[in-house]
Amino acid sequence: MLRRALQPGLSRGVLGRGLGTHRGRSTLDQNGKVPEIKKKVQSVLPGGAWNPLHDTSYLPPEHSDVVIVGGGVIGLSVAYWLKRLEKPRGAIRVLVVERDHTYSQASTALSVGGIRQQFSVPENIQLSLFSVEFLRNINEYLAVVDDPPLDIQFNPSGYLLLASEKGAAVMESNVKVQRQEGAKVCLMSPEQLRNKFPWINTEGVALASYGMEHEGWFDPWCLLQGLRRKVQSMGVLFCHGEVTRFVSSSSHTKTTSGEEVTLRRIHEVHVKMDRSLEYQPVECALVINAAGAWSGQIAELAGVGKGPPGTLQGTKLPVELRKRYVYLWHCPQGPGLETPFVMDAGGAYFRREGLGNNYLGGCSPTEEEEPDPGNLEVDHDFFQDKVWPPLAQRVPAFETLKVRSAWAGYYDYNTFDQNGVVGPHPLVVNMYFATGFSGHGLQQAPAVGRAVAEMVLDGHFQTINLSPFLFNRFYLGEKVQEHNII
Amino acid sequence: MDLRKTKPLHLVTPVWNRGTRGIRGLSRAVAPEGSQKKGRSLLQFLADRFYDVQALREYLLRKQVLKVHQKNRPFTYIKERFGPHAAGAYFILKQGGAVKFQGKEWIRSDARGHFSLDFLKFQAVPVEAVDASGCAINYQGLDSLLALKELQSLWLQRCPHVDDWCLGRLHPLANSLQELSLAGCPRISERGLASLHHLQNLRRLDISDLPAVSNPGLTRILVEEMLPSCQVLGADWAQGLPSGPEEQSRDTASPIPA
Repeated sequence: MLRRALQPGLSRGVLGRGLGTHRGRSTLDQNGKVPEIKKKVQSVLPGGAWNPLHDTSYLPPEHSDVVIVGGGVIGLSVAYWLKRLEKPRGAIRVLVVERDHTYSQASTALSVGGIRQQFSVPENIQLSLFSVEFLRNINEYLAVVDDPPLDIQFNPSGYLLLASEKGAAVMESNVKVQRQEGAKVCLMSPEQLRNKFPWINTEGVALASYGMEHEGWFDPWCLLQGLRRKVQSMGVLFCHGEVTRFVSSSSHTKTTSGEEVTLRRIHEVHVKMDRSLEYQPVECALVINAAGAWSGQIAELAGVGKGPPGTLQGTKLPVELRKRYVYLWHCPQGPGLETPFVMDAGGAYFRREGLGNNYLGGCSPTEEEEPDPGNLEVDHDFFQDKVWPPLAQRVPAFETLKVRSAWAGYYDYNTFDQNGVVGPHPLVVNMYFATGFSGHGLQQAPAVGRAVAEMVLDGHFQTINLSPFLFNRFYLGEKVQEHNII
Repeated sequence: MDLRKTKPLHLVTPVWNRGTRGIRGLSRAVAPEGSQKKGRSLLQFLADRFYDVQALREYLLRKQVLKVHQKNRPFTYIKERFGPHAAGAYFILKQGGAVKFQGKEWIRSDARGHFSLDFLKFQAVPVEAVDASGCAINYQGLDSLLALKELQSLWLQRCPHVDDWCLGRLHPLANSLQELSLAGCPRISERGLASLHHLQNLRRLDISDLPAVSNPGLTRILVEEMLPSCQVLGADWAQGLPSGPEEQSRDTASPIPA
């Protein structure tokens, strides 16, 4: 009977937590009495600047073990894995600082939401495979008692990568690596491609690789909200503010080769509240830089890259903002339900969106024609000039189409080698990075979060060895070259 | 307790079925949001106030999930000893389904879950049909089915744990599978059905009564287009078409999530 009684009833709304007191901070000002009492106190003790009943519940805590800068999908995933892998329950206090609570500019919400294993670097494939497993069992990982289960809306339609004569050899070796890592990818000749997808014009295609399983696209917003909900239930604190300053101390040491280096340690993070000059210094042991496209600025605040060029101190975090357009178009005669996520050899891509013959896609601009990332305005000429011609050539049905809408989003573009930066900084010893994924951060976020949490808690990577993605590579000049970036 | 007056407290989950409690509980969880009652039970009230109750409920929820996983563990011993066909058949019978070996009778477990183990002697005889209707088979459990390389008919009616991820996994059966029934699976949506295009030998596909499919009529037409040589059973084409102007506006409102 007791077990029956304790069956978690999953039937309740989102607002159901309203009556609880241990969730969320209780504020003093429940009946609007605080200002009244304040007035009384001031009339009794006039002239004093001391204000005993100042309500500070909206400020972040004065100290927190870990401060995560950036509440996007990567930041939340780090928070989730930190709380999940901590040994005694509630051992670590985690604070997530997010500047934009509506996620209006966050790369997470503006992403196309694709997930694939067709990378060339084994680590990327492993990250993606882990994340797929996470997404598949999302209702086990992110289950919150009494809250409705998440519907990640995964479309298992696969990715279809096309290669020209020139790229065929690279594709073949990539697929070999992907198969070794356990991805279900098959190679197709133009002939097979024509049979399977008769709507494709195979002119100029020498080889195609097609993901049979675990590839497709999902709803990024659902993952974000699911992580947020779970992380909140695990006791992670949120703060709507912006990190403006790091207070750090430095010490000088010599390396084995006799070179003098300055080690820095961050002690306090100043969090400026949203739309106010008020800020709160948060004492912390660790800072995790998951600010995505803006992580270069956060790193600079912490003193990364301030030194003579060519030295480790002078090595900047090479992550910058890049604007990418996504267009949504309608094409009545377009390819049907079986349409995979198609990536042409030239870099243009598209996928099906829903059932109504809508498609969305885009193309990465070349280095020279990179748009100004100052705002999120869409350049419609870009579609006419760069996206449409290759797609219409590849899929003849797209010659007649109508663009319905478009939006732009940011990539946290790593200008060095278009791969993520994970792990601690060698000189700013308590700043950890989880950024720079150049457009595939969303699909790798669950695995990256785990890797960073392992690094923080155990001091080394356990599930997936991401040591090629450490910051040191920028100084040593060791590129982790990824050939499949869109 | 004004709570008691306004909404009835339900201490017991409404759908109660002895054998498949965990399954029902979870399949209810994936029902569309509209069917979820907005009631507060005493337990939720307690869980909001006491960490112990909350932790206990979290534990029970985890245990429910674990139970399904346990039911779907592969029988590696049987596979090594008697081959994949016997292992697959054993797995399905254990789950409460039925199997048919090539040229033999249907084998079914009785009401108490017992079945004769004679089929272990068949060895090289392949399984040609599997009826896993109402079984708690999930993504992991499909492993045992995918090893049945000559499977021609597969019934997965009303399986609460078969979802879009599972459908994306059926492609190894593409050469043999001719008949597939997915009727009544609560977690299958049009997104998963799209991945059935791998199964080009399919002759019969039953996709009727799928609550998670948003536009049953349109989906059926699209599936028919995708699998031209296959007879698709399912919603009438007119079902799901907008019947009034308000519905129409909702359909075309926002095709993009972001």
